[in-house]
Amino acid sequence: MSKDLPVQPEIPKEDGRPKWDNKFQYILSCIGFAVGLGNVWRFPYLCQIHGGGAFLIPYFIALLFEGIPLLHLELALGQCLRKGSIGAWNTISPYLGGVGVGSWMVSVLVSLYYNTVLTWVMWYFINSFQEPLPWSVCPLNENRTGLNEECYESTAVNYFWYRKTLNITPDVTDSGTLQWWLILCLGTCWAIVYLCTIRGIETTGKAIYVTAIFPYLVLTIFLIHGLTLPGATDGLVYLFTPNLNILKNPRVWLDAATQIFFSLSLAFGGLIAFSSYNPPKNDCEKDAVTVAIVNSVTSLYASIPVFSVLGFKATTGYWDCLDRNIISIINEFDLPEESIMRQNYTAWISFLNSSYPEKIAGLKLKSCDLQEFLDQSVSGTGLAFIIFTQAIILMPGSQAWAILFFIMLFCLGLSSMFGNIEGVFTPLLELRVISKSIPKELLSGIICLICFLIALCFTLGSGSYWIDIFDSYAGSLPLLVLAFFEVIGVAYIYKIKRFSKDVKWMTGRKPNLYWQITWRFISPLLLLAVFIAFVTLQIQKPPSYAAWNPKYPQSCRNRILIVLPKYLSYKSSLFGKEHAQ
Amino acid sequence: MLRVSLLTLSVVAIAHAELCKPDAQNAFKVRLSIKTALGENAYAWDANEEYLFKAMVAFAMRRYSSKSTTQISNVLLCNVTDRVSFWFVVTDSSKNVTTVPGSEVEAAIRMNRNRINSAFLLSDKTLQFLKITSTLSPPVEPATPVWLIVFGVVLCLIVAGIVFLVVSGIQKHKKKTKESTERENLEEKGEVTVTVENGIPCEVLDLKAGHVNGVFAADDERFTPL
Repeated sequence: MSKDLPVQPEIPKEDGRPKWDNKFQYILSCIGFAVGLGNVWRFPYLCQIHGGGAFLIPYFIALLFEGIPLLHLELALGQCLRKGSIGAWNTISPYLGGVGVGSWMVSVLVSLYYNTVLTWVMWYFINSFQEPLPWSVCPLNENRTGLNEECYESTAVNYFWYRKTLNITPDVTDSGTLQWWLILCLGTCWAIVYLCTIRGIETTGKAIYVTAIFPYLVLTIFLIHGLTLPGATDGLVYLFTPNLNILKNPRVWLDAATQIFFSLSLAFGGLIAFSSYNPPKNDCEKDAVTVAIVNSVTSLYASIPVFSVLGFKATTGYWDCLDRNIISIINEFDLPEESIMRQNYTAWISFLNSSYPEKIAGLKLKSCDLQEFLDQSVSGTGLAFIIFTQAIILMPGSQAWAILFFIMLFCLGLSSMFGNIEGVFTPLLELRVISKSIPKELLSGIICLICFLIALCFTLGSGSYWIDIFDSYAGSLPLLVLAFFEVIGVAYIYKIKRFSKDVKWMTGRKPNLYWQITWRFISPLLLLAVFIAFVTLQIQKPPSYAAWNPKYPQSCRNRILIVLPKYLSYKSSLFGKEHAQ
Repeated sequence: MLRVSLLTLSVVAIAHAELCKPDAQNAFKVRLSIKTALGENAYAWDANEEYLFKAMVAFAMRRYSSKSTTQISNVLLCNVTDRVSFWFVVTDSSKNVTTVPGSEVEAAIRMNRNRINSAFLLSDKTLQFLKITSTLSPPVEPATPVWLIVFGVVLCLIVAGIVFLVVSGIQKHKKKTKESTERENLEEKGEVTVTVENGIPCEVLDLKAGHVNGVFAADDERFTPL
């Protein structure tokens, strides 16, 4: 294959390849793929722990020099070559075929465990139709003399999550049994995914109108409601108060870079698949910038209701703490009710402490500090299933808020699943192993069935530990490696001059200096730096995961030695392909 | 006469004071949180409310032991505070200056807790008998768990959607194959005049296997206009 001529799309439009109904569908699919659960439960957490508004600085720098260039690269690649990830990378260069296979494998693995997270969301959703909400009260114990002990020691919300939903085992080696209710929900989730991806983008294109737009509606509703809750301003002030000193910590820059990277779902192959269904003459540069900006704006937009609600929860917790102390004091000193209110609490305490210090000491009052409640920061499933559910119980009309919240999470996750499944589906359709006579419906059915059967292992008692491990070690490092090889491959093996000519043919203008510099130098260097920093940090502590001990129901870190099988297999598959050519 | 009656009164008063005091034997502390329960509709705790309380306790004792000997005067209240908390004790008029055992009082109160609470418009939490634990009410559970019903509805909708899409896909496929076999049948019967070029019908060239050769097709500008 001649190395100097640009690879023009030889196939004209009428080649039977499915295409998007309109441009809006395509943009919406890319946005839906990029905007996922991480925008809601990871970005606000990072903002909170990394100095509030100051975090936006490394975030936007990473977006400018890493996110947008890589996104443009992938979209242009797919659009130009009109193939899925495996075919596209094989076309670029046979030496880079491993990158395509690696992307495909990552999509498969992430699809497996991502849908299990949606299973948990669905379980909470179908449990939200009861009064009272099942996670708001502790169940009674066997002889009905008191509350269930495990629930009593911890909280009702924790109990519902760890016992009633996951039925979690104390550690990962203890597999436990398959939880039948999770199997039902998992089957339903895969049925929904099958329903929406049954004919590829023909059906996902219709489904995406709902799953991509509905979360924005719900976020707006939560925003309006959240801002009216007491304590919302405390939460927002806490979130956005910038602490510029934090920028000296390299960890912050690393977190910003990895957040942008994973948030835009780069190196999954899904974006390449989506753009391969585009007409060749489409402005991929504008698309890339649009998708990246919408993703970041969504993250910011989502953090406002999240932090209003967290501020509300912290304030309510603080008031509860004060109220409990006030009741103890009133009962002990037999003072009339409403003599001590929250406002004059401190005055009373100092008075009583000076007059009756032993009595006050005997009461063992907890010190109530609003800042302490605000400092409890959680991300991931903890935010959605423990903190947020606790806050929802405190709102009037909790069932409606719970239902809305879980439908929103489900839609966010589902639109990301579409991208993952397309990343698996499209390359398979192009491989010559699959005969052309198999209808698409059958192929997608087989994929969904196989994924469902494999994902059954995540419904075991130890399932959530496996997901934790998968997420930390399989869904992170290999992507960085793949993205690095993507940029290097296009910039130095395919050569930027050829690529620029292709992009010019598609968009009508040559990529300007910004793209040239970022593709050639800045993005590869940045990715390399992120990769090295990531590995250095991982090496410093042995691999571990957080476990739940039913005897001491506060989760504790469990240190175990595990091999990183997936990461090693990716590396070997990459090198294997490269050396084999 | 007056002196005797005064003496008996003071003896009774002292006896009562002996029987009803904080942490006395068979005495119970009661705590009311009226403002918490009723807010603006809260009533003030006065002698009338105390009378009602004594009446309710006496009522409870009568119902429990089914001997109607307990009188309102048998119930003694003392140490009423602003919190609204006080101690009470139930005396036994049949035996001289003794109190009814605490277990009996506890059982009587427990049996009639509901009636006592509603007399004061309070609940177990706002009218507390400090040593008497309340029995927890069992949770109301419907025959089928609610989540199973919702799950059934969702699953039915999804299965209906999948069946619809699969069936419509099969129908479309059948229609396509039927059209192409019909066309072949018509050509065989010769009812459609088919222009042939080099043994291949022109129509087929346009529809089926022919690839448009980009070099020669549709490039009108190469030909000089007339």
